[in-house]
Amino acid sequence: MNCISIAVSNQIPPHKQMLSLSQVKKSFPQPDGQRLPILDVVSYALDAAEQAVLVGQSGGGKSTLLHVIAGISRPDSGSIVIDNVDIVKLHEAGRDKLRADKIGYVFQTFNLMPGFSALENVLLGMTFSRMKTDVGRAKTLLDRVGLGHRLTHKPNQLSVGEQQRVAVARALANRPKLLLADEPTANVDPANQQQIVDLIRQTCEDENVSLLMVTHSMEVANQFGRIDRLDQINKLVTATAATSGE
Amino acid sequence: MPLWKIAWRSVRRRSLASILTALSMALGVMLVVAVLVIHGVVAESFRNNSSLGYNVILGAKGGDLQIVLNTVYYLSQPVENIPYTVYEDFLPADQRADGQKGKWTDFVTFAVPVCMGDYFGQYRVVGTTPDFFDSIVFDEDEGRTYQFAEGRNLQTWNEEHGFFEAVVGARVAQDRQLKVGDMIAPTHGSESGDIHDEFFVVGILEPTGAPNDRAVFVNMEGFYLLDGHAKPVKSANEDTDGNLADVSDNDDSNEPIAATAASPETTHDGPSHLTKRTPLPVEQRELTAILVRTISPVVTPRFIDIINEGEVARAVMPIKEITSLFSIIVQPIQTTLLVITALICVVSGISILVSIYNSMSDRHREIAIMRSLGAARRTVMVVVLWEAVILAVGGGFIGWATGHLGIGMFGNMIERRTGVQVSAFDLAPPVPLLRYSQPIYNLERTMGGSDAVRHMLDLLLSPEVMLVPAIVLLSIAVGFLPAITAYKTDVAKALSASP
Repeated sequence: MNCISIAVSNQIPPHKQMLSLSQVKKSFPQPDGQRLPILDVVSYALDAAEQAVLVGQSGGGKSTLLHVIAGISRPDSGSIVIDNVDIVKLHEAGRDKLRADKIGYVFQTFNLMPGFSALENVLLGMTFSRMKTDVGRAKTLLDRVGLGHRLTHKPNQLSVGEQQRVAVARALANRPKLLLADEPTANVDPANQQQIVDLIRQTCEDENVSLLMVTHSMEVANQFGRIDRLDQINKLVTATAATSGE
Repeated sequence: MPLWKIAWRSVRRRSLASILTALSMALGVMLVVAVLVIHGVVAESFRNNSSLGYNVILGAKGGDLQIVLNTVYYLSQPVENIPYTVYEDFLPADQRADGQKGKWTDFVTFAVPVCMGDYFGQYRVVGTTPDFFDSIVFDEDEGRTYQFAEGRNLQTWNEEHGFFEAVVGARVAQDRQLKVGDMIAPTHGSESGDIHDEFFVVGILEPTGAPNDRAVFVNMEGFYLLDGHAKPVKSANEDTDGNLADVSDNDDSNEPIAATAASPETTHDGPSHLTKRTPLPVEQRELTAILVRTISPVVTPRFIDIINEGEVARAVMPIKEITSLFSIIVQPIQTTLLVITALICVVSGISILVSIYNSMSDRHREIAIMRSLGAARRTVMVVVLWEAVILAVGGGFIGWATGHLGIGMFGNMIERRTGVQVSAFDLAPPVPLLRYSQPIYNLERTMGGSDAVRHMLDLLLSPEVMLVPAIVLLSIAVGFLPAITAYKTDVAKALSASP
């Protein structure tokens, strides 16, 4: 059974928490009418401006976990509190709004809008938030990720590494409080992997953004001070790079 | 970033499909615009020309409609002629050979004779008297009479030009680059007929917006003297073969007619035909029609009845024929055309639906990306609707411009064939039922009722302007289904799918 349990790894005072999950369960319907449980998170928390990496095998429900945290999917039960708002209690429009204002999302497959230039893709990251479209900030972000000279390039005119850098800039465009990165280096060549990780971590640090990165690469995970394991045997045990033994 | 821009990016990304879809809408709107403009201009033209300045036309026995088409619109071929004696019934004593007052003189304000059958290029030549321009108020609503942009009215007799003076309609003058002092030679019976003697252009009319802009008016006395225009009189002119002599060429034997113009005994150094000083005898004259204005509408029906009870002429009320023609024939045809073209627009709208709907399977991921960035379901729905609006309005604008361009290009041909003047800049006039409705009338009065207000209301109530919200509504209607599909997109599933 692909059921995952995540346990609290570090005790953070509630008032400092950016993200807090409690008793979160998620299952999907099957053709036979049964439901397949995917997530069973007892509790999990992430401090404001904290950076954590979540390690687990592919197909282990990492993306589903990020989806429920981002409010893209609704859990079957439990609570997910982001910046003191329990998004499970919000209706869909409320979750959309919270996502637009407080969450940035970096995908494994970049998910840039194909017809949009690099600059427009970053601007799109602000479009749905309450902040006004800020072309200056979009240019600054692209400049910061080393693409200040490629503002008008479409995704198909950019290399894979450049596309992911645009995606990082877009994820930060709305000044999020929480950045979710779903295997951001999985489709990037080794030469670019470290750049992407450094970029994400550094920009999150610069902008005081909490970071939860999911990866199956221990090489990436070992760079984080906090590593949480996505255990396929119904629990996630917090481990440090030193104790992971991987 | 505004939502329309997101939609525009999507349209541009699928440029070929978008262009083809927009073109289908363009075709529909182009046809609608063409029909609307021509329909409006025809209707307006009918309305304008229903205020002719005269209320009865006397023509030969035959079709009432043909009399009107021929006399008012210069369309169709002239009907048979009527005897000149019919016209004499409208003349005062001093203009008649017998010195008796015509029997209808007390019942009419004026009676203007017209003779037709000749052409100047594609334009009709109308033989008439100066009364045509002196007596007729062609736009009774506005009190407009014929004005001369250049020159003057023709004269029955002129020392310099004899009987051969002409006044040219605005359109003819513009088309043939005519000016006062030019000479024009009509052709007999058709554009390619025998060339007649020349007339001096003495006046160019101001544009009237009526078919008279497309006519050349010549002095009826000169018209009569042209070859082949004299009615054969067996007793006087039949030759040995039984053929009819052309009286206009041996007119010295004919006595001048007291009732017509004076026949000065002057000499002339110009073209030989200008020396013709003797008008055609009455018994050799015929008319195509007489334009009559009765002294009162009360007498009109009885007047018409009496004329029609006779055997030589037919009296028709042009307004009645025009209205009848419009409501029975023109309007249903145009309504049918309008319905068909509106259906074409709907079909074009459905093509937009199909195009966007088919693209939705490829776009679930894009929609999911927007949703993951915080776009609400309603937001992505609006983006798709924007896309439908852009395609429809963009295509519609192309169609509108192309429609007007086409009208401009074929304007001359339409005018030649139908007598309706249209230009690329003509907007379809407002629907009368709406334009002259009480609320609009009240609004016009409230706003001061100035010309500017009238023009603004005319513009706003033009069916072409109203086409814009119609197209937007149509696009929203056809965009609704794909928009709902976007609304229902499963974000998690779409994001999990391979790109």
